[in-house]
Amino acid sequence: MKSDILMVGVGGQGTVLASDILCDVILSAGYDVKKSEIHGMAQRGGSVISHVRIAETVFSPVIPAGSADVIVSFEKMEFLRYLEYINDETILLLNEGKIYPPGAAGGEEEYPDKLIEEKIAIFKKAYILNAFGIADNVFNRKVTSTVMLGKLASVMDIDVNIWKNVIAEKVPSKTVEKNLKAFDAGYNV
Amino acid sequence: MERKVLSGNAAIARGAYEAGIGLVSSYPGTPSSEITDTVKVYDEIYSEWATNEKVALEVAIGSSIAGTRSMTCMKHVGLNVASDPLMTLSYTGVNAGIVIVVADDPNMFSSQNEQDSRHYARFAKIPMLEPSDSNEAKQFVKIAVEISEKYSTPVLLRSVTRLSHSMSVVDIGERENASRKDLDVNIPKWVMVPANARKRHYFVEERLKNIQNDYNDGILQLTSEELNSKKIGIITTGITYQYVKEALPQASILKLGMVYPLPFKKIQEFCEKVENLFVVEELDPFIENAIRAHGLALQRLNRSVIGELSVEKVSKLFENTDFEVSVFSSKYSDINERLPQRPPNMCPGCSHRGIFYAINRLKLFASGDIGCYTLGLLPPLSAIHSTVCMGASISMAHGIDKGSYGEYARKSVAVIGDSTFLHTGINGLMNSFYNSGTSTVVILDNRITGMTGHQPNPATGISIKGTPAPQVNIETLCRGMGIKNVRIVDPFNVQECMDALKEETAKEELSVIITNRPCIFADKSVISSPYFVIEDKCTGCKACVNLGCPAILWDSEKRLAFIDETLCTGCGLCPKVCRFEAIKQRGE
Repeated sequence: MKSDILMVGVGGQGTVLASDILCDVILSAGYDVKKSEIHGMAQRGGSVISHVRIAETVFSPVIPAGSADVIVSFEKMEFLRYLEYINDETILLLNEGKIYPPGAAGGEEEYPDKLIEEKIAIFKKAYILNAFGIADNVFNRKVTSTVMLGKLASVMDIDVNIWKNVIAEKVPSKTVEKNLKAFDAGYNV
Repeated sequence: MERKVLSGNAAIARGAYEAGIGLVSSYPGTPSSEITDTVKVYDEIYSEWATNEKVALEVAIGSSIAGTRSMTCMKHVGLNVASDPLMTLSYTGVNAGIVIVVADDPNMFSSQNEQDSRHYARFAKIPMLEPSDSNEAKQFVKIAVEISEKYSTPVLLRSVTRLSHSMSVVDIGERENASRKDLDVNIPKWVMVPANARKRHYFVEERLKNIQNDYNDGILQLTSEELNSKKIGIITTGITYQYVKEALPQASILKLGMVYPLPFKKIQEFCEKVENLFVVEELDPFIENAIRAHGLALQRLNRSVIGELSVEKVSKLFENTDFEVSVFSSKYSDINERLPQRPPNMCPGCSHRGIFYAINRLKLFASGDIGCYTLGLLPPLSAIHSTVCMGASISMAHGIDKGSYGEYARKSVAVIGDSTFLHTGINGLMNSFYNSGTSTVVILDNRITGMTGHQPNPATGISIKGTPAPQVNIETLCRGMGIKNVRIVDPFNVQECMDALKEETAKEELSVIITNRPCIFADKSVISSPYFVIEDKCTGCKACVNLGCPAILWDSEKRLAFIDETLCTGCGLCPKVCRFEAIKQRGE
C-alpha cells in the first residue's frame, strides 16, 4: 500500500492525536510510515496540518505538491488552504461543521461558503459528514476527530480491529468506550 | 525487536536513555523542547529545566567532570547564549561524554532568525552529527557519546524543525549500563588560564585532525554511499537526504552523518565514481564551500540559502538538466491568500491581554521580548514595538532611556515574561539599576514558560517532574536588588494597569510593574464560568471585540458582539471595557 494522507483542521480539534493514531495503525499493519507537522507558534485556534505518508519505504515526511491521495478536513473550510496538494484522484473527507476564523467572527471577512461549494466540486469523490453532530450524539465535540478517523478507516484497506486496538491504547482510558462508539459512527455514516 | 513511531525529539530522548546518559539540563525552545520534556519521564536520568542555555551547558560540564554522561538541548539561538562555555569546553574536553543538541529552525516557524548552527562546529572545532530520520536521531546520540569519550570532545548533534517534529519508525533498544567515572581532578586540563589554554589549543587542533582521519579511514562509520547512475552524484546530509532520494531516484548519493569535520578522502573517492557531482544542503553552503576550498570540482546549483528545502524544491534545482527527476506539479493553485486567516493569537483568558490593552490605550512604545506575549504585536492590540532576543527588552529600554537622555523613558516600557526575565532579563535590570536608569519594566509573571509548551521555571514552584519545588519570588528579587518602585498589578483590571503605567513612566526613576495572574495552563483552577453578551444592552461599539480575544465574536447580521461560551475561560476582562454593562457572567 502506498498512500499520502493530509489531515487538516483547527488547533484544539485533535488532529495531531488523530494523526498519531493513524501512524500506529499503519505500523501495526506492517508498513513504513512517516508523519510531519509543525507546532510552536500555532496556538489553539490556528490552522493545523499533519502529513501522513505510507509506503514500503517512505523518504520525505512531507507530501509533495499534487500528491495527496486523501485529504481529511476536520473543519469545513480548512481543506481550501491546501489545494496545491490535491490531484484529480484525491478523495476528500469533509466535516461540514464550521469554526469561524477571527476575521470572519469579527465581522471584517466572510466565511467562504461559496468557495467551499465550488472547490468541493473538483473532487471526484467527496464524503461530507456532520461530524460535530455525530460526535454530539455519541458524547460531545471532543470525539469529532475519532468520527473522522472512522470515516477514513472506511476508505482505507486496513483491518478495522487494528484501528480499534490502537484507539483503545491511545485515547485517555476513561474515554475508550466513547471513542470506539465515535469511530463506529464515523465508519458507518 | 520493539518498533515505535517516534518524533525526532522523542527519538533523541530515547537515544539519551539508551546511551546511558545520566543528566540532562536544558532551557526550552521550539523546536527542541520536547526532547527534555520526554527525557523527564526516565527515572534513570536526572533532568532539569535550567534558567538559560549557558547555565544548562555549564551544568552538563560539571556533571561530566563528576563522571556522568550528560546532555543539553536547545534551539539554535539558545546555542548563541551557550556559546561562551562551548568555545572553551572545546579546549578542556570532557571526562564523561557531553552531547549538545541544537535544533535549527529553517523557515523560522517559531524563531527570530534562521541561523545555520553548523558554523558553530567549525567555530568551536568540534564534531557535529546530523541525522536524517528518527531512528538515526536515536542512534546518533549513542554515537555522539562514544565520539565524545573517545576523543575527549563535546559533540554537537544538529536537528532541524522538520526532523524534530516529524515522526518515523524507531527500533527500540536497551539502556547501556554506563558506570560513572571518577571525579576528574586535572588542573592543566580544566583550569583555562592562559598558560594552560595555550597548551590545550594544540590539543584541539590535534583532536580535530584525528577525528577527520578516522572519519576518512572509516574507523568512524558515518558515511553511506549508494551507487546508482554514474551520471549524477549528490553529497547530502540530514533531512535533505530524504528529499534527494525522492526527487532524484536514480542519483548516486554520498550521505554524510557527520557534517564537521568532513571526510575529504571519502568525498574524493565518491567524486571519482560519478561524472557530475553536486552538494544539496539546506540554508548556508556549509559543505559545498568546504569541498570547493578543498579543490574538488563541484557543479553549481542555483539554490537559495533562504528557507526550508522540500522534495519539490530539490526537483526544481535539476529540472532543466538531463538527469532523471521526479516531477511534482499542482493542477490547483494555492488560494490561501483569499481565505480568512487563523493567525496565532493569545488564548482566551490569557493574562497578558489586559496589560497590552492598557499599553495600546496609552500609546506607549513597548520594548518586547521572546514569549507568547510577543503576539501582543498583532492588531488590534499592536502593543509590541521591538523584539530581538531573550532578555533584550529591559536592556533595550535602558538604551532608549539613555539614548534619548530620558525623554523616551517617559513614553516607553519594557515588557518581559517571568521565564525570560529569569533567563537573561535579570542582568539587564541590574544594569539599569546600577546605571541610574529611569525606564519602566513590566514583568508579565504568569508563572510558566508558555510558548514552548508550558514548562515550569524557577518562579513556578514546580519541578520538571511536576513535584513541588522552591519558588523564586520576583517581587522580592527586584526589591532585593535595591529597586524602590516595585508594584504588583492585576492584569485583568485595565484601569489599575493604566494608572500604574502612567504613574511609573512619569517617574524619573527605575520602576518595575509585575502582573500577578497565572497562565490558564499553569493553574487551571482560575477558569470559571463563562460570560455572555446581553443583546438588548450591546450597542455594537466593538470595545470588547478590540481586545482581540478569540472567544469574543461579532455577529455581522445583528451587528452585535457575542461570546463563544465554549472558549471563554471567565477571566472577566471584557466586562471591564464595556461601558454599557452588556457583558455578564453565567450564574452571577
